[in-house]
Amino acid sequence: MPTIRIPSPLRPYTDGKSEVSVVGENVSAVLRDLTDKHVELRQHLYNEAGELRPYVNVFINGEDVRHLQGDSTAVTDDASLRIVPSVAGGLSG
Amino acid sequence: MALEITASLYEEITTHLRDTYPKEGAGLLLGHETEAGKKAMRIVTLENKFAPTQQHHRYLITAEDMLAGETAADDEGMEILGVYHSHPDHPAEPSSFDHANALPWYSYLIVSVQNQHPDTVRCWRLSNDRSRFSEEDLVIQA
Repeated sequence: MPTIRIPSPLRPYTDGKSEVSVVGENVSAVLRDLTDKHVELRQHLYNEAGELRPYVNVFINGEDVRHLQGDSTAVTDDASLRIVPSVAGGLSG
Repeated sequence: MALEITASLYEEITTHLRDTYPKEGAGLLLGHETEAGKKAMRIVTLENKFAPTQQHHRYLITAEDMLAGETAADDEGMEILGVYHSHPDHPAEPSSFDHANALPWYSYLIVSVQNQHPDTVRCWRLSNDRSRFSEEDLVIQA
């Protein structure tokens, strides 16, 4: 079963787990499975329009899925996924 | 909850942010979660990866930088506790852009740098429901 590593800020929403086993044939499906299992996580991964927030990055076996096929990237049974936040900000609006 | 940081570590932060002025500078706070909150043990200074023409009011820490920081923290038995960044010639208060891009749990330490001199420092944390930033106690130890 694929696993997905959760960054520290989001572990309060996965019962403190740093790694969660997920099911799904591609990145979109495993993220859906993850947020079905841990519903409170959804607001931090997706915006009100249901799109992944800009700071949410998904790596599979060490590679950013944006450099593969995005959320359609295939997920194998032994895949190791990781949610990695990027951080942006600044002084005005 | 409070973020605890040594004076020497804070000096490292302000040196970095003075050097990046008038652009925004940013980096990671690594350390441990404690009963009282968090204790920063070291920082990772980073290059601002936002578009160069916007760096006077924007900063970006990429996923690759965060991944490297997480790996370093794991190797040293620590965690990324949050990030620090500067607001050149503006108050040390989070903007709506800071808010929109923030994650809960992380500490967001903001230093106001006025005319290249670090001025006020304040620390913030996003509420669990994402509705607001609250100020987090900051303890700078001698």
